[in-house]
Amino acid sequence: MSVPVDLDRRFRDAAARSGMLDAAYDVVDSPLGPLLVATGDRGILRISFDTDVERHVEWLARVAGRNVLRAPRQADPLRRELDEYFGGRRHAFDLSVDLRGVTPFTERVLRELARIPFGQTATYAELAARAGNPKAARAVGMTMNRNRVPIVLPCHRVIGADGSLVGYAGGLERKVALLTLEGVLL
Amino acid sequence: MMDAVAIPPFETFYAEHRSEVLGLLRRRLGRDRAEDAFQETFLRALRAYERLEHGEHLRAWVLTIASRVAIDVQRREKPTGELPDLPHEDARPAYEDLGELTNGLPPKERAAVVLRYGYDLTYHQIAAVLDSSPDAARQAASTGVRRLRKETSA
Repeated sequence: MSVPVDLDRRFRDAAARSGMLDAAYDVVDSPLGPLLVATGDRGILRISFDTDVERHVEWLARVAGRNVLRAPRQADPLRRELDEYFGGRRHAFDLSVDLRGVTPFTERVLRELARIPFGQTATYAELAARAGNPKAARAVGMTMNRNRVPIVLPCHRVIGADGSLVGYAGGLERKVALLTLEGVLL
Repeated sequence: MMDAVAIPPFETFYAEHRSEVLGLLRRRLGRDRAEDAFQETFLRALRAYERLEHGEHLRAWVLTIASRVAIDVQRREKPTGELPDLPHEDARPAYEDLGELTNGLPPKERAAVVLRYGYDLTYHQIAAVLDSSPDAARQAASTGVRRLRKETSA
């Protein structure tokens, strides 16, 4: 006997309303393909181009707590902001990001990253310098590669000193698409 | 020493047990009343989930919660003498027969019989559902079975 879709959905909505979830996730559509998004009571926990849900659920349970549930209702505010961003109607995100568990260096780098405005870029070395460690360009590259919340924390705005795009964990074609959306690339 | 069985994320637990829980509730309450009870069951489970200390017996645990919810629903309602609608789509006819067959039993006996013979729970686990002792659970199941024998042979 399978559980009817509307009954399943009603439970997931009620669970989101109950405030008892440590993390809620959903898979949402975007111009860059499906995105896994996850939020908790302290903000956005994860955005990923990799929609292997099972792996993300395990990770969310480790980081945020075991009450992890797919709950589209709780993901709605983030979905809305992403839709506005992709529609060109939003240049900055209002939702906060939950950085629990990252190292102090990573946190400094990500806070500086968040300050790079829509439509602008910085180099890895510049970002390292802003985070207080000018020699750490390579470590900044690693931090971008492991960014838990791409798009919202705009690692796509970080490029090489010679203007090359260098790389993107979600695939270079997505970095091109995001910089094109923001008018950096034609 | 063996490691305690890891507790899965709630999503995994829910996906694994939701069908069986809904089946139990439909047999006990009928299709309509089972829907609210389904939600109540998993909200209770969610509330208790972060306090669980190991991942053993999760199936028995959630069936226990569902049975308690079903008993609460039955207690809240005045007896009408009518039998609930039962689903006819169950993939496991033995369970369905048991659900139909036990309709006329008092709630505790019915719960004991269905949980013992339909779901293979131990008397210890059934006792937890019924807020009573394993001996009382065994007693309720055997009284229920005796009553059924009498009814079906009458």
